[in-house]
Amino acid sequence: MADTYYDPKDLRKFGKITEWSEELGTKFFDWYGAVFQEGALSQREKSLIALAVAHTEQCPYCIDAYTKDGLQRGITKEEMMEAVHVGAAIKSGAALVHSTMMMNKVNKLDG
Amino acid sequence: MSATKSLKKTGSELAQANKQLEILSGGIFKDELPTFAKKIKETNQLPLRPRKLEILQINVGYMCNQVCDHCHVDAGPDRREIMTWDTMEQCLEVIRNTGAHTLDLTGGAPEMNPNFRRFVEEASKAGIKDFIVRSNLTIIRANKKYYDLPDFFKKHNVHVVSSMPHWTRGKTDKQRGDGVFDKSIKALQELNERGYGMPGSDLRLDLVYNPSGAFLPGDQASMEKDFKKALMEDFGIQFHSLFAITNLPIARFLDYLIASENYEDYMYQLVEAYNPMAVQNVMCTNTISISWDGYLFDCDFNQMLQLPVNSKVKHISQYNEEVLQDRDIVISQHCYGCTAGAGSSCQGTVA
Repeated sequence: MADTYYDPKDLRKFGKITEWSEELGTKFFDWYGAVFQEGALSQREKSLIALAVAHTEQCPYCIDAYTKDGLQRGITKEEMMEAVHVGAAIKSGAALVHSTMMMNKVNKLDG
Repeated sequence: MSATKSLKKTGSELAQANKQLEILSGGIFKDELPTFAKKIKETNQLPLRPRKLEILQINVGYMCNQVCDHCHVDAGPDRREIMTWDTMEQCLEVIRNTGAHTLDLTGGAPEMNPNFRRFVEEASKAGIKDFIVRSNLTIIRANKKYYDLPDFFKKHNVHVVSSMPHWTRGKTDKQRGDGVFDKSIKALQELNERGYGMPGSDLRLDLVYNPSGAFLPGDQASMEKDFKKALMEDFGIQFHSLFAITNLPIARFLDYLIASENYEDYMYQLVEAYNPMAVQNVMCTNTISISWDGYLFDCDFNQMLQLPVNSKVKHISQYNEEVLQDRDIVISQHCYGCTAGAGSSCQGTVA
């Protein structure tokens, strides 16, 4: 066991999860691969969505992987940062929009 | 900021080929990762043997007006290795008799060789089908004496292949030096004005993309689409094809990988992306590389690592295509750079 919970080298081992559950692991990776194929959305657009979600999920492995993926696709750092802001805006908005619940409750109890 | 001196000039130990080979054979390749020989043996591709010879690639000198971060030649203004006219004459003799259909001139900036134009004039008379000059573009704007290069290229129907790491100024200048982007744009516009790179034009203009950092190139077709759209919209520039080339872990790129602590990750990426299909068509199987002093190599990378061809024929003065073609190609771990993903060669992807 490593001294830290996260080790960048573990990202290389991701494929090995299949070894302990071949059927499910294979299904996951097949599906994952299909998701990122060119479709109604381009691979470039999908890469930016993945990067934004990687941040809202706060997954270090995903941030590592999709930052590199973006560079490989020629995506600029300005585009990456804007994508992260979109994710962050939704995350913040999701918190703030719940304040309507608080307002409703205040109004009901103390209106 | 980009470097201003070659590794050789700064006295870096990485300027020595044997030091580079030591790094490429040690460390992670001792126990963690398979050597290239072991990897290609798995698919019965060892020894790697030449197919039909198609390309003669001649490096006419390591001098260059730029000092790019990724340069596998360690080229720069301070390099003095320049092909002499005597060696060029020996090359011309080979060009007149070769079975290869493509002549590929590289450097350094090939145009900086004082006999460059004379050599092109003579070589074009040999009637080779595809005559490539790898031009860094900025040379055309570097000095008045080079301003007419686009006309010279046109006159001899030279196929121009030029490096362009990105369609934005920031990423281009980071890799190739301040001001390179603007000069490259101006040079491309001048080539377009002569008909180079225009749709349907016989004057071929292709661009080379190689990543500006420790990552692999993306899909060549998608990158080409993005480059074409951006260069057209921003500058009205057109070109024919984009060749996506992987940076090989030698010379200045190796120095960068080690200094930035990306070496191990990069080698893992290359090995993980290994594609046996790419091995079949890798550049060394259809190319002979000739150095500024007339020695023969399997590719320009082996030339820089001073790994000569494994043949009785070692020098242009002894050139014998039949003997030369009957050889095993010399390999090391840098070869993973040409077999990653869709593969990589001076003509772009190979698989």
